Amino acid sequence: MDVVLDNIDVYWEGMQVTAWLTVLSYAAAFVIGVAVAAFRVSPVPPLRLAGTAFVEVFRNIPLPVLIVVFFFGFPKIGIIYSPFISAVIVLAVYTGAFLGETIRAGINTVAKGQAEAARALGLTFPKTLRIIVLPQALRSVVQPMGNIFSALIRNSAIAYGISVVELTGATDRLNTDTAQPIPIFIGGAIAYLLLTLPTGYAIGVIERRVAFKR
Amino acid sequence: MTAPVLADELGPRGKRIVWIASAVSLIVLAALVAVAVQRFADKGQLDAEKWRLLGDPEVMQFLLGGLTTTLKIAVGGMVGALVLGVVLSLTRLSQSLPLRFLSRLYTEFFRGFPLLLLILFFFFGLPRLGIDWPRIWYMIVPLLLYNGAVIGELFRAGILSLDRGQSEAAYAVGLSYWQAMRIVILPQAVRRMIPAIVGQLVVLLKDTSLGFFVQFEELLRRAEITGRFGKNELQVFMVVAVVYMLVNMTLSQAARRLEVRQRRRYGAGGLAVAGVEDLAVVDAAAEAKVAGPKA
Repeated sequence: MDVVLDNIDVYWEGMQVTAWLTVLSYAAAFVIGVAVAAFRVSPVPPLRLAGTAFVEVFRNIPLPVLIVVFFFGFPKIGIIYSPFISAVIVLAVYTGAFLGETIRAGINTVAKGQAEAARALGLTFPKTLRIIVLPQALRSVVQPMGNIFSALIRNSAIAYGISVVELTGATDRLNTDTAQPIPIFIGGAIAYLLLTLPTGYAIGVIERRVAFKR
Repeated sequence: MTAPVLADELGPRGKRIVWIASAVSLIVLAALVAVAVQRFADKGQLDAEKWRLLGDPEVMQFLLGGLTTTLKIAVGGMVGALVLGVVLSLTRLSQSLPLRFLSRLYTEFFRGFPLLLLILFFFFGLPRLGIDWPRIWYMIVPLLLYNGAVIGELFRAGILSLDRGQSEAAYAVGLSYWQAMRIVILPQAVRRMIPAIVGQLVVLLKDTSLGFFVQFEELLRRAEITGRFGKNELQVFMVVAVVYMLVNMTLSQAARRLEVRQRRRYGAGGLAVAGVEDLAVVDAAAEAKVAGPKA
């Protein structure tokens, strides 16, 4: 137990890197997700096709494969970023595909009359989406979007695969240094739970906050 | 591929706008592809020899061996996860408070941190404790421990989704709790959960590639070895990515088809599931079903 308490600062550093990875890539993933969902429900066939292709490709390729292609493969065509930025980009694209699907599901829950009324008022498709449909759609998928957020906290561990020392990396290095795997790894797992459990609670609060009173 | 928002027929002006937007977006998409291809060509990544090496029988055999290992881990992990999942769901629904608590604790714990952490523990922690298994088990066991928790939740949802009349009827004909579970409830619950289980297989298959980070020779690691050897990393990685994609798409397709069949058979009773991200949805659906009759 002492070995965990002695190294609490190492865990803390790791938690901060994990938090940054998660927050930055989720923000980017949200933009990607909204764009993909909008593409997929748009009346423009090439955009719908592009949206579907994006989701199918990035949902079916494992995250480690994506990061390996990006970090070890893409430098060959001149695309070179630091490990941290690479991890954020890959996590954002991967998570963006899942968010896109979720937001699209949310759009499907919005009553059709809403879009019809918007059109009757003369709103264009982008305006209908932005002013009428999306605000309602996003509220209905807070819970699944939150689940994707906590999945992202866990997925961000793959950044360690390209030498970003986040929480998993910090734990692994402590194991190498101290040779006491059981307390060290349990400490790491608990540190993750300290990140994921409050997230679950926060999602519940947000969900109640943004819910429509019907 | 449906367009739920603007499903109704467009007028002549709307049609014109869509036509123009289609043309513009096609040009933009084509330009993006052209830039990418140009990039590859400029850096000599389209050279035939970089790709030809992939057709070499020995290279192919090496990669196929990696794919076999990947499938082996995924299936092994799945079988273990199914057994563990049944145990977890039964204890979670049992009458005993400590058992319920332990089951819940296990599930929350193992779903709360990255699988990679568990894999690192098995590869670099266990050997320090004097445990020496064949390396493939260091992949299979973490996968089954984590996915057992996920499958347990799926089973629980499946059991809860059954009509209460099933267990009532089972008790009425004199079956004990365990007999009712074994003969009446579980077979139906498992059958209902088959599409979800196939869907989860996709997640498992994707997770096997974490083995790359611990030097375990599954498909991705073998791709890297091939690429280093042939100086064609990018090409091998891209081909392997497509292989993963095809296998997973086939599985997802199968899951979807099973789900449709299921829904036709059981009506709304069949639960729609598609992986961990949607687990909360199943959960909510099951809770609603339980809470329903009481409210």
